[in-house]
Amino acid sequence: MSRLSRWDVKYSPYLYIAPFFVLFGLVGLFPLLYTAYVSMFDWDLLGGDPVFVGADNYLALFSDNQFWTTLTNTLSIFVLSSGPQIVIAVLLAALLNSRLRAPTAWRVGVLLPYVASLVALGIIFANLFGPNYGLANNLLELVGLDRVDWQADRFASHVAIAVMVNWRWTGYNALIVLAAMQAIPKEIHEAATVDGAGPVRRFVSVTLPLLRPTLVFVVITSTIGGLQIFTEPKLFDAMPGSNNGGSSNQFQTITLYMYQSAFEGGHLGYASAIAWVLFLVVIAIATVNFLITRRLAAGSGVR
Amino acid sequence: MVYGLLIAFVLGSAFPFYWSFLVASRDSSMLTDTVPSLLPGANFLANAQRVFDSVPFWKALGNSVIVAGTVTLTTVLFSTLAGFAFAKLRFRGRDPLFLFVVATLAVPTQLGVIPLYLAMAEFGWANGVQAVIVPNLVTAVGVFWMRQYTVDALPFELVEAARMDGCSMIRVFWHVCLPAVRPAAAFLGMFTFMTSWNDFLWPLIVLNAENPTVQVALEKLQSGYYVDYSLVLAGTTLATIPILIVFVVLGRQIVAGIMQGAVKG
Repeated sequence: MSRLSRWDVKYSPYLYIAPFFVLFGLVGLFPLLYTAYVSMFDWDLLGGDPVFVGADNYLALFSDNQFWTTLTNTLSIFVLSSGPQIVIAVLLAALLNSRLRAPTAWRVGVLLPYVASLVALGIIFANLFGPNYGLANNLLELVGLDRVDWQADRFASHVAIAVMVNWRWTGYNALIVLAAMQAIPKEIHEAATVDGAGPVRRFVSVTLPLLRPTLVFVVITSTIGGLQIFTEPKLFDAMPGSNNGGSSNQFQTITLYMYQSAFEGGHLGYASAIAWVLFLVVIAIATVNFLITRRLAAGSGVR
Repeated sequence: MVYGLLIAFVLGSAFPFYWSFLVASRDSSMLTDTVPSLLPGANFLANAQRVFDSVPFWKALGNSVIVAGTVTLTTVLFSTLAGFAFAKLRFRGRDPLFLFVVATLAVPTQLGVIPLYLAMAEFGWANGVQAVIVPNLVTAVGVFWMRQYTVDALPFELVEAARMDGCSMIRVFWHVCLPAVRPAAAFLGMFTFMTSWNDFLWPLIVLNAENPTVQVALEKLQSGYYVDYSLVLAGTTLATIPILIVFVVLGRQIVAGIMQGAVKG
């Protein structure tokens, strides 16, 4: 082998993986760490020298009512969206995994919502869940129920936003789960059938435990995405262009509050403190979810 | 029963698209009807014309095509290269480095937008499309996905044989690896294009109203004094049509290709 060829074998792999690591360092890791640095300053968007304030931004944050409101909103919307979404996605994947005519057409069909942009979606759902003339309220009235103010009522607004999130992501997650279901060898199911297990029993005791790695992946990614929700609440607001998340911040999320503080208020230091706290919350909840999913999926059958 | 549930789900998936087209093809007065008609009206083109008059929509479409196109090409290329290296090449530190990639999946990088904005302003890149392109050139999900697929799809013997024939590494990648992982690369490409086309937070921060992407233009369309839904939903329909076409034309083949791979693997 020539020298050139030996170099090729030795160093090419590093060259091939370099783009990811360089880019992640520059636009992923560095900004995240630098956010912690900015959060210790009084730093104005429009210029002027940043003033070091130590932990003051964090102290202010903990006595800031709006911060606690947005944190509660974020968690509430997250719970309302991620739970039902994953349950429905697994059931939908089970449906798609049964013998179907034109299987690919159905798969493409359930992926359809993924095409919709979040901005378009926010606008469309703000319209469907309009406080006065929305289709949702018209339907409620048609079946004899009271109209709901989807904007002003805090819980109702969370439900409307959660519906939006579920609508867009359920099909996507179902396809990921489906891919994992198809990788389960048929022999395992046949063996369980021979042992006298019915379809429900097979699903609970065979399929679910084998889906564990995939479920962990789906839960973690939807946790990370769900806690950073921004576009849906911003566009859902009946007040055009507003970053308030409703007149009394009833559906403002943390990311929206961070955006408002930084790019409407100009307080980059304070906004960075918000971002850093959210970062810790995301990591904490993702870890807890990881542990729970592992336990649950492991506890329900063959080991 | 199974078909009934699936049909209900797909109809539910399609309905908001149809609804926005419906409103866009009429005028906003239809929204006050308790039971609105479900047939489209005749005003779609007029409303679409108003979209182009209100915001620089052609420019926005052009920008979105440039951004999503570039990001898709580079993400697929870099992810496939890295996936090939992680799956089939031996080199020191491979496994810890790959673990690192997996760990970064759990890092909410969206929260780093403030320093990223400061950096772009420093470079003088703010308000330019390159500020939207560069941070998205390659993703951890892409690398992870291509690695997982390449492990099963590309036999070691094939790589060895090509090496024996005197192929350089990059030729092995191009002529042996790439053909074998095409379904996964196509799938990644489709998803990257859609994700990039629909990206909002970062473009909203770094671009202005004169040089927007489609999503930023849509938001500007909505933020008038009061919301004219026929106008705004004409905009969302226009913004969705290109990507819907890509999806309908390529989606079937791509999803079919990748699911076959999953069965084999």
